[in-house]
Amino acid sequence: MDTHRFIARHVVDLPKSGIRDFFEIVAKMKDVISLGIGEPDFDTPWHIREAAIYALERGKTHYTSNLGLLELRKAIGRYVEKHYAVAYRPEDEVIVTVGVSEAIDLALRALLNPGDKVLYHQPCYVSYHPGVTLAHGVAVPVPTRADDGFALNVEDIAKAWQPGCKLLLMNLPCNPTGGTCDPERLGKIARFTVEKDLIVLSDEIYSELVYEGGHVSIATFPGMRERTIFLHGFSKAFAMTGFRIGYACGPAELVEAMMKVHQYSMLCAPILAQEAAIEALTRGEDSVAAMREQYHRRRDLVVRRLNEAGLKCNVPGGAFYAFPSIAATGLGERDFAYGLLEAERVAVVPGSAFGENGRGFVRASFATGYPQLIEACDRIERYVQKLAAAPRVKG
Amino acid sequence: MNPVLKLLVEGGNLTTAQMAQVAGLPEAEINRHLEQLKKDRIFLGWRPVLDLSREAAAAVRAVIEVKITPERGGGFNRLADRISRFDEVESCYLMSGAYDLLIFVQGPSLQRVASFVSERLSTLEGVLSTSTHFMLRSYKEGGYLIESAAEPADRLKVSP
Repeated sequence: MDTHRFIARHVVDLPKSGIRDFFEIVAKMKDVISLGIGEPDFDTPWHIREAAIYALERGKTHYTSNLGLLELRKAIGRYVEKHYAVAYRPEDEVIVTVGVSEAIDLALRALLNPGDKVLYHQPCYVSYHPGVTLAHGVAVPVPTRADDGFALNVEDIAKAWQPGCKLLLMNLPCNPTGGTCDPERLGKIARFTVEKDLIVLSDEIYSELVYEGGHVSIATFPGMRERTIFLHGFSKAFAMTGFRIGYACGPAELVEAMMKVHQYSMLCAPILAQEAAIEALTRGEDSVAAMREQYHRRRDLVVRRLNEAGLKCNVPGGAFYAFPSIAATGLGERDFAYGLLEAERVAVVPGSAFGENGRGFVRASFATGYPQLIEACDRIERYVQKLAAAPRVKG
Repeated sequence: MNPVLKLLVEGGNLTTAQMAQVAGLPEAEINRHLEQLKKDRIFLGWRPVLDLSREAAAAVRAVIEVKITPERGGGFNRLADRISRFDEVESCYLMSGAYDLLIFVQGPSLQRVASFVSERLSTLEGVLSTSTHFMLRSYKEGGYLIESAAEPADRLKVSP
């Protein structure tokens, strides 16, 4: 039977993730040092894991409120106010979700009518464009550029803007570029969104991992709290990816709308992950600081080595990714990544997996221990030297 | 903090060449820092962390609580230093609370450790009493788990 005809058109039309086929190849290879991993190498700090075990022992195995445990929402409220200087009421302005991914999906599904447009910067996280499509919206990319540190500029947003734009979806610091935005630029973006009456979905999942100058949320700018959905989670800073736990904070009416979608699809986030998250927020900040310090030094190491190897690389302001240009090698990003894997057994992700604007770049994650990072940098250097010595004729 | 000291404290088990990469310094500079730390008596030396229970000729280890008489002028230091110099003594600490010194000793057999305590330690002038606890089993040694050694994180090789 032809089953294909049963699949929804907009799902058929979704492109396959650019990471997927690459993953298949890497998974079959041995002795690969992977800089292609988008999650911390640190295990979840033990005290957080222990809290999850204790919760299980106490029989915490039931549903929670759709919005999530009130104790967790209160802890989130305190944490967000302390670190981001925006206060949200735990009772109706905070919703606990299955990772930030679900929070983004909820926001898109709750806010978009079919055909509504969503501005998002690119290169960006792989799910943004498909997420908008799945919510029957139209994704409108805004380019960010290497010579600008991949910061987001209001001029580019204004250029991309068109009638029908309803949301601005942004991720600062950014996966894959590590790009951040200084308060001045952010203020201009804020004013633009007020002027154009946009809601901002601000994915700040990497915000604890900012290495200079600290992080500022767009929600803090005048008039922005009421038009921002602040999205955050535990995966990156607390090394809790597998717990699948995140949250959204925003105006009560928008959170209520997201809760409707959540209650009919997910019901609630897993209770064990919620219990672990309470522990993370209550006693986990020292662990976060220690991990940040490690990432900081690894970043300096990797960026220095990539530049020395001849791959021009910005210093990412946050997150744990270097996003070097491989233009100097004369190869495209896919050929470069496949060649590097083949010749030196190092995996990096072709930048085009993160959108058209990622062409000519690769993403190298430094969420890996020092010895592997150093070895990977040695191998990359060797590979680039070999390419330079024997320039390939492009066919 | 001295950048090399920081790396040592983290216990990352790096070679000096790797430290040089991580700290962004020439290897000679790392060695110079190490020498300075040695000179300052901050870095005392390298020792492997071993689980000798897996070895047939396992050592016997004990913790001994020792009460001693402080001396005029020297306090506990002179006697503590004298006790510390025995080869059997691995570590020696001055403690607050019910006793004065806590010493970690090691010997090839129970008898040898016992004789160290009864014949040499407790007969020292100024040692008032000892209370010896033999170690039965180790679960964590110098930051390393013994039984449930941390397995390498099982991450997907490529993820978004």
